[in-house]
Amino acid sequence: MANEVAHAADAHGAHADDHFHPQWSTYWKVAVVLTAITVVEVWIYYIPSFVASKLFVPSLLIMSAVKFAIVVMFYMHLKYDHKLFRALFTGPLLIAIGTLFGLMFLFGKLAIRLGLGAG
Amino acid sequence: MASVAKTDPHHAGDAPHAHPPTSTGLNHRKIAVWAFIGSECMLFVSLISTYLIYKGKSLAGPYPHEWWCRATNTIAKSAAELGQCAPAETFKPILNIPVTSASTFVLLMSSLAMVLALAAVENADLPMPSGAWDRILRSSKTWLWMTAILGTTFLGFQAYEFTSFVHEGLTIRTNLFGSSFFTLTGFHGAHVTVGVLWLLALLGIDYKRGLKPADALNVDIAALYWHFVDVVWIAIFTLIYLIQ
Repeated sequence: MANEVAHAADAHGAHADDHFHPQWSTYWKVAVVLTAITVVEVWIYYIPSFVASKLFVPSLLIMSAVKFAIVVMFYMHLKYDHKLFRALFTGPLLIAIGTLFGLMFLFGKLAIRLGLGAG
Repeated sequence: MASVAKTDPHHAGDAPHAHPPTSTGLNHRKIAVWAFIGSECMLFVSLISTYLIYKGKSLAGPYPHEWWCRATNTIAKSAAELGQCAPAETFKPILNIPVTSASTFVLLMSSLAMVLALAAVENADLPMPSGAWDRILRSSKTWLWMTAILGTTFLGFQAYEFTSFVHEGLTIRTNLFGSSFFTLTGFHGAHVTVGVLWLLALLGIDYKRGLKPADALNVDIAALYWHFVDVVWIAIFTLIYLIQ
């Protein structure tokens, strides 16, 4: 079957695993998972009791992070690609996220949520 | 269910389209695009940070998730909580979650189409299968068109959203929310526009001479950019639209 085609072989034998791409069926499964997570995200947005609970923001952040990771790993092939590509992406991403948290603390956004605000 | 193994066109040392030897053994263009994507992460996180810092600091509405009475400048979680406020002075929460959910789905599906386009180009020199669905799967033109159309649909949703916001009284100059929101989503929309133009250029090449496995790296680089635009929207959708 055509959708069983894989690209595992590599002329640079030592790097064979770096260039493996998933099968077409994997891409479809990933799309279904991404859609399902998005549906859940929107669904919980319309449950007032859940929106008011402390679980709302963390659960949305976790689902968003999972979607982000799935796209990066499977569609951008970072799971199968060379370590250098992973470093080039995750390095700046971690710096950026660190900066985001730093700014949130500096401007009192996180301190207030953690009960550490002035007063 | 036989699997067919195929030489990777990006790195095949003996192939005529192989990249010249490099110190890392990796293609420099692919390294460059990953470095570019890393720098883009910083750009978008800075824009998201700006939005989050200014969130809740606007002195006047309209607001993203709250009702607003312009006459009394009061904010409430529902229209009933606003009290007496003339209809002309009442502004509902401006973010339209159903429309944005639809546009998010469209962008996610465009990523699927893009990855299928890349797979079709990588396998372009394999014998064409007999099944109709398998033939569609192997058509790079179909998936590139699909990606470009879905990307354009997303831009249509964004144009509709921006237009409706302006009609409801929110512009880039109205308040801090408007400034940071339009800057962030406008930058993202500009990136999607560049992506659509890139896809149309690839389609032009595909119609002119056909995309071969030797062109897989060119498609791969465009795909990386497109998926990056998608993951940025995943973050924006949650942080800006869903979290209240």
